[in-house]
Amino acid sequence: MSELVLPKVDKNIISKKSLIVSDLKKIINKNNVLSDPDEIKPYETDALAAYKNTPLAVVLPENTKEVSEILKYCNSENIKVIPRGAGTGLSGGALPLNDAILLGLGKFNKILDIDFNNKCVVTQPGVTNLSITHAVKHKGYYYAPDPSSQLACSIGGNVAENSGGVHSLKYGTTTNNILGAEMVLMDGTICRLGGKTLDQEGYDLMGLICGSEGLLGVITEVIVKILKNPQTVKAALVGFPTIEDGGNCVTEIISSGIVPAGMEIMDKALIDATEKFAKAGYPMDAEVLMIVELDGTNSEVDSMLKEIEKISQKNNSNSFKLSKNEKERMAFWSGRKAAFPACGAMAPDYYCMDGSIPRGKLSEILKEITKLSKKYNLAVANGFHAGDGNLHPLILFDGSKKEELKKTEEFGAEILKACVKMGGALTGEHGVGIEKRELMCEAFNDNDIQQQLDIKKSLDIKNLLNPGKVYPILRKCAEEGRIHVHRGEEKFPDLPRF
Amino acid sequence: MFTEEKKNSQIYQDSNHLKPDTEIGVSNLVKDFFKKKLPINLHGTNSKKYIGYNVQAAKTLDLSNLNGVIEYLPEELYIKVLAGTPIKTIEDLLEKHNQQLAFEPLDFGYINDGKSNKGSAAGSVATNFAGSRRFKVGSVRDFVLGFRGVNGKGDIIKSGGTVVKNVTGYDLSKVVSGSFGTLVALTEVTLKVSPKKIFQNTIVIYLNDLKIISSLFHKILGSSNEISGATYIPDEPKSKKFDLNKSRVFKFNDLNNEGPFLAIRIEGDRVSVQERLKDISKELELKKYKTSILDNHQSVPFWIKVNNLELFTNTKNNLTRAVIPPSNSEKLMKFLGNKFKYFIDWSGSLFWIEVLDNEDDKIGQIREFISSNEGYMTIIKKSENFDFKEKIFSTDKAKLMISKKIKESFDPKSLFNPGKMYREI
Repeated sequence: MSELVLPKVDKNIISKKSLIVSDLKKIINKNNVLSDPDEIKPYETDALAAYKNTPLAVVLPENTKEVSEILKYCNSENIKVIPRGAGTGLSGGALPLNDAILLGLGKFNKILDIDFNNKCVVTQPGVTNLSITHAVKHKGYYYAPDPSSQLACSIGGNVAENSGGVHSLKYGTTTNNILGAEMVLMDGTICRLGGKTLDQEGYDLMGLICGSEGLLGVITEVIVKILKNPQTVKAALVGFPTIEDGGNCVTEIISSGIVPAGMEIMDKALIDATEKFAKAGYPMDAEVLMIVELDGTNSEVDSMLKEIEKISQKNNSNSFKLSKNEKERMAFWSGRKAAFPACGAMAPDYYCMDGSIPRGKLSEILKEITKLSKKYNLAVANGFHAGDGNLHPLILFDGSKKEELKKTEEFGAEILKACVKMGGALTGEHGVGIEKRELMCEAFNDNDIQQQLDIKKSLDIKNLLNPGKVYPILRKCAEEGRIHVHRGEEKFPDLPRF
Repeated sequence: MFTEEKKNSQIYQDSNHLKPDTEIGVSNLVKDFFKKKLPINLHGTNSKKYIGYNVQAAKTLDLSNLNGVIEYLPEELYIKVLAGTPIKTIEDLLEKHNQQLAFEPLDFGYINDGKSNKGSAAGSVATNFAGSRRFKVGSVRDFVLGFRGVNGKGDIIKSGGTVVKNVTGYDLSKVVSGSFGTLVALTEVTLKVSPKKIFQNTIVIYLNDLKIISSLFHKILGSSNEISGATYIPDEPKSKKFDLNKSRVFKFNDLNNEGPFLAIRIEGDRVSVQERLKDISKELELKKYKTSILDNHQSVPFWIKVNNLELFTNTKNNLTRAVIPPSNSEKLMKFLGNKFKYFIDWSGSLFWIEVLDNEDDKIGQIREFISSNEGYMTIIKKSENFDFKEKIFSTDKAKLMISKKIKESFDPKSLFNPGKMYREI
C-alpha cells in the first residue's frame, strides 16, 4: 500500500495520555473510556482495512451532553477527535490517529420516535440504516437510501458520507431524505437543524453537514423521511452483444422519460465471475447485462416495462427476461450483489473504484478502462449503477507481486482521472476520506479547495475534528490506494458490496 | 475607477449599478469592492426583491446579463445555465423535450404587481422556494447538481458538477440554496430536470370539516398512488380589507368555487391516471363527499394558478409563508379560523397566510403559535406600514452563531446583501 501522510503527531498529547484518559473518565462513565491496547484494537481501522492506526483512547458517550463535554474538553486541550459510526466506510474516513481520541457513536443505538403522521423517524445516529426500514415496514413504509452495507452501516455515518444506493436515481441520496439533525460542534456547541418540517429557514446547514465526512460536527440525532412502499416492484434482465448497445440503451431509456428505481450494468467479466459464484441464471451470451428495476403504480410499471422492452430491442438486445414474482426479482439481483466476493474468488486481491460519469459516457469509459486494462496488463470487472452514472470497476491483481500493487494503484487513479475528464466525479458514494484525498485537485482548483477549508476553519478553528481527511495534505495529486482486498479478507466480509 | 466598473458605468450611465456580462467581470468587480470594503446589493432579475430586509449598499451588482443556456442534455437529465437566465426561458426549452424543472417553480410576480415574473435560475436557487410538487419530489436545493460563483473576496469558486451521485467535498450547492445572495454571487447553476408527466387530473373535494381535511392530508401523504399536489382553499374572510378573488382565480367549468375545497393532483399516462383516480377514490373514501374532477385542460391551469399565488394577486397586505409538520395542520387551521386569508399546500405542510396592513401584532401571534407547533414562518411580502418589529426570517441562537461563521467563510467583509436575511449577517 502507498505510504499515507497523516497529520503530524503531537508528542505532547501522546505524553499526556494517562492524564487525558483520567480526565475523560471524569466526564463520562469510566467504563466507556477504553485505553487498553486489546480493547481499542477493533477501532484501529474502518472498512478501508489496508490502513490501520491506534487511537490514543476510545470514548463511547451515551448522550448528546456527554458528546458536547468531550468535544469541549478536547477543544480546550488541543486533542484531535475522530468520530466513528459503524466503521463500514470504504474511504478511511474513520481512520484513527495516534494522538487522537476516537469518538464512537455505537451507544447511540435507539430509535426515539416513529411518527407515521409526519412520515418521519427520529433516531440516534448509531442505529443501522436497515433497522429504520425494519421499524416501519409493518405499516408499509421504508427508508429510501439503501447503501449496500445497509445491514451494518449507521444512519449517522450515512449522514456524514451522504450515502446513496442502488435506488438513488429515483429517490436521491441521504441529503434528500433527511429532515433534521442535532449536531455538536468541536467547541461543544449543540445545534438543532431542521425538524419534522420540509425545508429549513435560513442557511441549509443540514445540507452542508450531510456528506462532510465528520469534519464539521458530530451528529447526535437524525430525523429521516419515510416513504410508503410502492404498489409494485418489477425487474427486467436484459443482455446485449456489445458495450455500445448496452450504454445506448441506458441513455435511451432515460431520454424516453422513464426514471427507473434502479438500473445496473455489468460487463462480461463480471457476468462470468458472478454467475460462477452466485448462479443467478444470467445469459452467458451477453457482453453486457442490464438489470432495470421499476416501481410505482401497477399500470405505470407495466407500461414502462413494455417501453423498455421496445428500447432494448431497438438497441439489439439478445435477451430480455421479466421477473414474474418477488423471488425471481431477488434472483436477478443476487448475482449483482455478489460482485465483490465473486471477484475475491477470481484473484488474490482486488481494488474497488468508485467514480461517477455522465450516463452517456458509459461506453466511452468502459472502452477507456479496457484500454487501461491492456496497458497495465491487469484484469478488471465492471459493475455500474448505470442509472446514475456511478461506476465500480474491480481491478484484479496479486498483491504478493510488489510491482503489481503499484501498477494497480496507477490504473485506478487513471480511471478516476478519466471520470473527472468526462465530466464526472472522483467519488460517487464512497466518500473521499484518506483514499482519494490527494486526488481532490483533479476535481477542484486552489480557490475551490480554499473555500471549503475556510468553512472547516470557521467551525473548527484548530482543525481538531477528523483532521487529515478529505482535503489534500500534500496539495499535489499523489496517487493513493483504493479499497484493497487481500485473499478475500475484506473488513465486514458478510456485507454485500455492490 | 477600476476597469470593469468603468466599462459597466459607461454602458449603464450609473456607476453604482453594475451589470457585468461575464464571470470574470463579476470576479473583478467583487475583488475591487473587497479592497474598498464596499457593500453590494446583489440580485438577478429582481423578481423577488421585496423578500427580506432592504439592503443598504453602495453598489448594486446585477447578474441579469449572465443570461443563456450553457448546456442542456435531456438524456442526462440536467441543464446548465448562466445565473441570470430566466426560468421562463428554461421552462420553454425543457417543454420542447417533454421535460420540466423538477421543483415546480413559484411565480412571485403576481403578488408583486399582478403580472407573471418567475425570475432567474439563480434567483430560484438563492431563495429555495418550491411549488406544490415539493412534498412529493423535493425542493430547489434537492435539484441543484452544481454551481459556479464568486465569493466575497472575488474568488471564482465551484462545487458539485453535473452528475447525480457526487460526494466529492462539502456539498456547497445546498448551503448556497436559500442564502438570498449573502454568500456567493452565482454565475452558473446546473439543475437536475425530470420527465414531464403527459397527463393529469385533479380531484376536487368540497368540504370544510377541519378534522376530515387533516385526516385526508394524512392519507394522501401515506398513499402509494403518487399524488403530486394536495391543496386546500378555504373560504375567504368576510372583511373587505382582503381582496376577495377566490371565485375569480379558480373559475373552471368543473369547479364549484362557492365553498372551500381540497384539490388533489394525479399525474402520469392516461391509463395510469384513470386507474389511480379509482383507487384514490376508495382509499380516501370519497363517496362520502361531494367531489368533481378537473380534466387535463382544467387541471394544468388550476395548479399554475396555485403556484402563481394568484389568490394574493397585487396584495397590499402582509404575506407570510409558514411550514409546519403536517400533523399540526388542523391546529393551525383552527387558530387561523376565518380571520385570515390563507391556503394550504404540500398536503398540510405549507400555509400561505395574508395578514392585514397595520396588524403586525397578529404576525407575531401567528409566528408564536407556529413555533410552538414545531414550525417556522417567513414574512414574504411586507405591507406599506410594516413596522419591522417582527423579524423576516426566524432563527435560534446556535444556528445564528453558526450561520455568521459560515457567512464569514464565504464573505469575510460582509459585502453581499448585508442584513438581507438577518440584521446580524
